[in-house]
Amino acid sequence: MSFETLRLDGVSRSFGGHEALAGLDLTIKRGEFIALLGPSGCGKSTALNCLAGLLPLTRGSIWQDGARLDVLPPERRGFGMVFQNYALFPHLSVRKNIAFGLQMRRVPRAEIRRRVDEALRLVHLEEHAGKLPGQLSGGQQQRVAIARAVVLEPALVLMDEPLSNLDAKLRLEMRTEIRRLHQSLGLTTVYVTHDQEEALSLADRLVVLRAGRVQQIGTPEQLHTEPANWHVADFMGYRNLLPLRAGPRDGTGIVVEFEGHRLTGTPVGDPAPGDEVIAGIRPEDLRIGPAGGPGVPAGSPGVAAGGPEVAAGSPEVPVGGAGVPATVEVVEYQGREVAVEARTDGGVALNLRTTDRPAIGDRITVSVEPRRLLVFPAGGAT
Amino acid sequence: MAARRAIVATPAAWLVWGVVVAFFVFLAGVIGSVVVSSFGTRWFDTWLPLGWTPDWYAQAWDEFTLLPVLIVTLEVSALVVGISVLIGVPAAYVLARRGFPGRRLLYLLFLLPILMPPITYGIPLATVLYKYGFAGHLSGVVLANLVPSVPFVILTMTPFIEQIDPAVERAARMCGAGTRQVFVRILAPLLVPGILAASILVLVRTVGMFELTFLTAGPDSQTLVVALYYSMSAAGIRAQQSIDAMAVIYTSMMLVLLVLALRFVNPTQLVARVRDDGD
Amino acid sequence: MSAIVGARPALRHRLAERGIDRQLLLLLPAALFVVTLFIYPFLYGVGLSFQPTRGGTLGAYREFFTDAYLRDTIFTTLRLSLPAALLNVLASVPIAYRMRGRFRAKRLLTTLLVVPITLGTVLTAQGLLNFLGPTGWFNRTLLSAGLVDAPVRLTNNYWGVFFSLVITGFPFAFLLVLSYLSGIDPSLERAAATLGAGRWQRFRRITLPLLAPGLATTFCLTFVLAFSVFPSAVLVGDPAGTTRVMSIAAYDAAYVRYDYPLASAVAVLMGLVELLVIAAVLGWRALLYTGSTAGGKG
Repeated sequence: MSFETLRLDGVSRSFGGHEALAGLDLTIKRGEFIALLGPSGCGKSTALNCLAGLLPLTRGSIWQDGARLDVLPPERRGFGMVFQNYALFPHLSVRKNIAFGLQMRRVPRAEIRRRVDEALRLVHLEEHAGKLPGQLSGGQQQRVAIARAVVLEPALVLMDEPLSNLDAKLRLEMRTEIRRLHQSLGLTTVYVTHDQEEALSLADRLVVLRAGRVQQIGTPEQLHTEPANWHVADFMGYRNLLPLRAGPRDGTGIVVEFEGHRLTGTPVGDPAPGDEVIAGIRPEDLRIGPAGGPGVPAGSPGVAAGGPEVAAGSPEVPVGGAGVPATVEVVEYQGREVAVEARTDGGVALNLRTTDRPAIGDRITVSVEPRRLLVFPAGGAT
Repeated sequence: MAARRAIVATPAAWLVWGVVVAFFVFLAGVIGSVVVSSFGTRWFDTWLPLGWTPDWYAQAWDEFTLLPVLIVTLEVSALVVGISVLIGVPAAYVLARRGFPGRRLLYLLFLLPILMPPITYGIPLATVLYKYGFAGHLSGVVLANLVPSVPFVILTMTPFIEQIDPAVERAARMCGAGTRQVFVRILAPLLVPGILAASILVLVRTVGMFELTFLTAGPDSQTLVVALYYSMSAAGIRAQQSIDAMAVIYTSMMLVLLVLALRFVNPTQLVARVRDDGD
Repeated sequence: MSAIVGARPALRHRLAERGIDRQLLLLLPAALFVVTLFIYPFLYGVGLSFQPTRGGTLGAYREFFTDAYLRDTIFTTLRLSLPAALLNVLASVPIAYRMRGRFRAKRLLTTLLVVPITLGTVLTAQGLLNFLGPTGWFNRTLLSAGLVDAPVRLTNNYWGVFFSLVITGFPFAFLLVLSYLSGIDPSLERAAATLGAGRWQRFRRITLPLLAPGLATTFCLTFVLAFSVFPSAVLVGDPAGTTRVMSIAAYDAAYVRYDYPLASAVAVLMGLVELLVIAAVLGWRALLYTGSTAGGKG
């Protein structure tokens, strides 16, 4: 029952006038791990439920290798689904829960037994086979839910925020488990989450949604380093978003003015001079220099402001501009690095990550490489 | 859950809705025939009465001395509501908050009068009340009706109290409130909706409660429903239609109470001790 | 090991640890109340049933079982209450199943259903006498539709009481079943659907097993209500004959014949029969899964 491609064509779903999902176009290849990512209410769960057949489409269609899929009820689609609250049948044992789908398909009893045993081994729950779900911990219940979905070797596995109810440590462990399962079983998976870190680590491709609309589809690398608009950047961890006004173009870069300093950044989309723009910078891309000084000490990568020793930067990219002075306000210890919040003289808070150990009250200079200063049109979303 | 929501439902759906509609039509007929009859002049063998008159109501009012009966009904229900709340709420508080040896047994004990049909414990109860001289008077009726009402208040209030986070009381104590203040300023305001709900439910049930009042009432301590029964079982002496008029008065009273009750509680709570799920 | 501070904590503290302290006094009025007005009369009645004027300790019971007029009331009552309770519960299931989601008319429907319960058996009886009588609207409709040739006798017999039990009992059973059904996590059915279960299979393998304990409880409550039927049996039934139920026998004994021991004996027997039926149903229920109907820790 496997397919080569699954095509979503303009899939939309409205609830009483409100459009929860508007025109999702996506083609999924066999074996891919797709993550649907976005804040609450962005339509990702709606999209998943439409794929499962639990919600009818308001517009659009879904095609499985050229055969129309959205007219089939969920029991006929042959997809496996892992629900956010696991939805384990409380009156059936772990074994019977996993066997349920196989029984629905009238698989012979001996084969059911074999496949259930295999699934139990896969999720390391052999000793718990006879227990009821109520007797298991959250992590164990989650593994049963996964086993129940994958034992059918479905054409598509749908996962609706399966890790969101687990504690942090368990979440990391299960994330690796899911990755390992995908690598060994190769089942096409669509995974819904609001955690960008989770999505980045699990997916082959990500679909970022916002208010029902697709913002960007791409590989983790692409979304991490080349977000399509400032909403996606915001979601992908570009914690510094500065509303500015665009200046003139500077070769392939664009100039923006920030508190009297001229900074050069990389335009995304097509901001024209004079437009309102939002500049996005990842915390780890901001460089700290000592106050008043010529910026970063010689020998370090990246480009510092104004000093005579211009460190090795990419000669094709224009110099980033002067460093912005700021005062350190909050320092959070995070192991090898610290997260720093510093306030510029103009009162803007900047988030940085550094291996240095600045103290509260220190005066520093902050600068950034033009390649890592992304300038988006302020209108932003598609 | 079909991909296309069917506008034409399945035959099973038609059957189900058909049964529901039939039930309501039947119900409407049952109640309607009483109402129609009470307004009719003569009605023997025709679809509708030959003429219309409101005179039966005046007749019923006098014949069945409805004013005293209504007053008695109000007195009984007010007393029952008041006393059962007074006794029941503190008990519910202790049961909900504390565990102590014998708690489950006590809870079961409070459950019994509601589970048992009133006739079963009503006859021995009436016997005892007669023995001690309470029965035949208002006091007997009130006491008898309290038996299912106190447990009902306890059962209704317990989930209400359980819903109030005990940490709230502890937080009040940390802010320096003594027991009395915790009760008056924190608990009581939070409990008021629950008490209101319980009171309304007890009110509705008491006005409609037949068996217990029937067994313990004297001639001048009958509630409306008991008076209605007596007039019906002695039918043949009284005109059928004035009995119907009395029945309509009873129905209106109950419907008014029902509407009042539904402003505070979910319909399901009227019949079963099910927690309000905010449907 | 400490040897110096070895004294046991005061009795008051030890009791408080187990939950016994002054706050328990709040329970006292209610507990006293239940004891004096429920337990005591109950025990008094039971005791009375063993003190008949003649026939020794078991005289009242012997009288009951030797007198066919009395003995048959057990069967009569069961004949009315068991089918009525079964019908009420079983009919509720498909209807509640269809209504278990949220929809606009649900609140209206539940409100309307509460009406017959609130109005009570006396009013229902009066209405049925009118409606089901030989010249009432029901028979008229049947006659005009040509379904029968002569009016059907539905009052002052078994059927009148049966209808009364259904009118007041069905809404009660329905509301209970609906609330049990609503308590079953809806994602369980969705999960079953994604695993390939069709509508009937979802009902039979997931919903019904989780609903069954609730059905058993509903049946017990509905049965108890039906078993203690009294005013309907008198007003719209045949109290001297085919609908002479146990409550009528008890009432007769107490208020017509002033034979309190016999009345108490009948009341005790009523309780016993009910208890037997309930015990049987609850025994069956204990074999079922009665845990939480949620889908998981999510």
